[in-house]
Amino acid sequence: MDRILLIISSGCYLLAFVRTLILLRAKKFHGGRFNFFAIAAGFVLQTAFLSIRGHAVGRCPLTNLFEVFVFLAWSVALIYLLVGPAYRLSLMGAFTAPLVFLLQAFALIMPIDIHHSTKLPANSWLEFHASMSMVAYGAFALACIAGAMYLFQERQLKTHQLGSIFYQLPPLSDLFAAITRLLWWGFALYTVGLVSGFFVGQPLPRLQIICAIAVWILYGAILQGRHLRWLAPKRVAALCIAGFAAALTLLWGITFSAQIH
Amino acid sequence: MNLFCVGLSHHTANVETRERFSGNRETDCLMRHCGCAEALILTTCNRVEVYAATERHVGTDEIARCLARKIDNEVFADAPAFYRHEDNACVQHLFRVASGLDSMVVGETEVLGQAKKAYDAARTSGGAGPYLHRLFQRAFRAAKQVRSRTDITRGAVSVGSVAVDLAAKIFGDLTTCKVLILGAGETSERTARALISRGVTDVRVSNRSLERARELAGLVGGSAIPFEYWPQQCGEVDILITSTSAEVPLLTAENFATTLRQRIDRPLFIIDIAVPRNVDPNVNGLSGVYLYDIDSLQSVAEQALALRREQVAAAEEIIATHVESFQQTIARGLTWRMQNASHPPLGESPLPVSES
Repeated sequence: MDRILLIISSGCYLLAFVRTLILLRAKKFHGGRFNFFAIAAGFVLQTAFLSIRGHAVGRCPLTNLFEVFVFLAWSVALIYLLVGPAYRLSLMGAFTAPLVFLLQAFALIMPIDIHHSTKLPANSWLEFHASMSMVAYGAFALACIAGAMYLFQERQLKTHQLGSIFYQLPPLSDLFAAITRLLWWGFALYTVGLVSGFFVGQPLPRLQIICAIAVWILYGAILQGRHLRWLAPKRVAALCIAGFAAALTLLWGITFSAQIH
Repeated sequence: MNLFCVGLSHHTANVETRERFSGNRETDCLMRHCGCAEALILTTCNRVEVYAATERHVGTDEIARCLARKIDNEVFADAPAFYRHEDNACVQHLFRVASGLDSMVVGETEVLGQAKKAYDAARTSGGAGPYLHRLFQRAFRAAKQVRSRTDITRGAVSVGSVAVDLAAKIFGDLTTCKVLILGAGETSERTARALISRGVTDVRVSNRSLERARELAGLVGGSAIPFEYWPQQCGEVDILITSTSAEVPLLTAENFATTLRQRIDRPLFIIDIAVPRNVDPNVNGLSGVYLYDIDSLQSVAEQALALRREQVAAAEEIIATHVESFQQTIARGLTWRMQNASHPPLGESPLPVSES
């Protein structure tokens, strides 16, 4: 039953993505509210799924890789709904929808929804640590999307080839401001999540600790490079994409090691 | 009642011909001498058109005589330049004109403001009655829908406005941008003025002749910089406009690399409108530098225009829907209701008077 909610939710994201593609192809894309409402509908269904699953497992639903991916997709949608309209990044929805759809589709298709034979004991610190880290990942994902939009816009300006999407994308300065804020928010949330991990009261796998610290160092280095003006905006945008790809891989490592443990 | 439009535009007449018929903007002559029940004259730099509603047929030459500044043989010689659209063709023509589809620059929005002004003038003088009132209100609605539902007005189509649009796409808010004009030419002055109109306040002018630099700085409300100091200014400014008559590039990737290192986190937009070019094209390869010469600005303008043309089909569809709907309104016998309804007095128009 709960998977049906997730399938319908994925449908909402797919609908937003397909509609954007069709409009872009017809060169008729306008920001509009459709994407926002489609993503909001998808988000409500995701929340319902997570709530049902949470009641079923008796804790925050982050007990296997399937739930981790769904929670990550939910965090991305949450950050978009909070950040997208505030920064007037209407087109960000067009980039967010496919990412959330892919994360959920991957979770639904792959055989990773492994139920634990015994009920895992509730640990509030562990749940807080995991959920905060996931929301931070959501911010990093949005920074990655804003980075992609920045590089796309920058390329059009450099090559002097301005497509119809050029007029829909925000100015480079606004995109860069959004990237910087998302990185700071993600880093702050991740730091809180990381620190809370030291209070879980049970030994954590070494690989998990190393991966978690590696993600923290990675984003810390990007922010430091930005703060000290060592990195040009274009490089920061590119690093946001590379950083999120690396963080996603490390997340796999973290979850995998946690499952073995 | 018969709705028709008689006029000449840039499609059918040159500016000299259009001038000969653009003098008379009063509808009195059309109503008294031609016997039009309702009449409106739309005059822009590209067209002179009469929209009228009549019970009897009014000839094109009668309208032309009313429009002419003076009656002479040339008026009769110009007769072939006039076009005439009746009923549905007239409705469609007006909707296309108001939407900017019939304009010299497709999608320009000034014509809508001019149409609104013409309508208000006709209403004040009593030229516009229930037919023209309904027709023009529908035309404004159609034009508004075309603008909001298609990309027909997207993108700048002149060199100056392209430069401003690009600057806005790089920096967002232009009020904090610093601009350096290198070479006090007329084109750079125009570009600087366009940027100022979008909020730029810090303008610096550097020219080989300091006197000329001061003169232009005075005109645009900026400050003059001695020519030998312009390279240092490049580290500070956000937008550089070059138009000197130098035979070799003043700015190359090599001599600019050091300056660029000091401003790694700030983009630089260079508008090189000089011929021969003042900035080596390789500068565009540097990180954070966006170099546009006169050809690339022109190319962007053409791309925007091509983009607008691609939207024409979608705009025509919207117009066709409105024409059909207008036709149905008339067919439903709205004549009686329209004639008895009082249209809103001046100042109570549901639409703004001008958008130009």
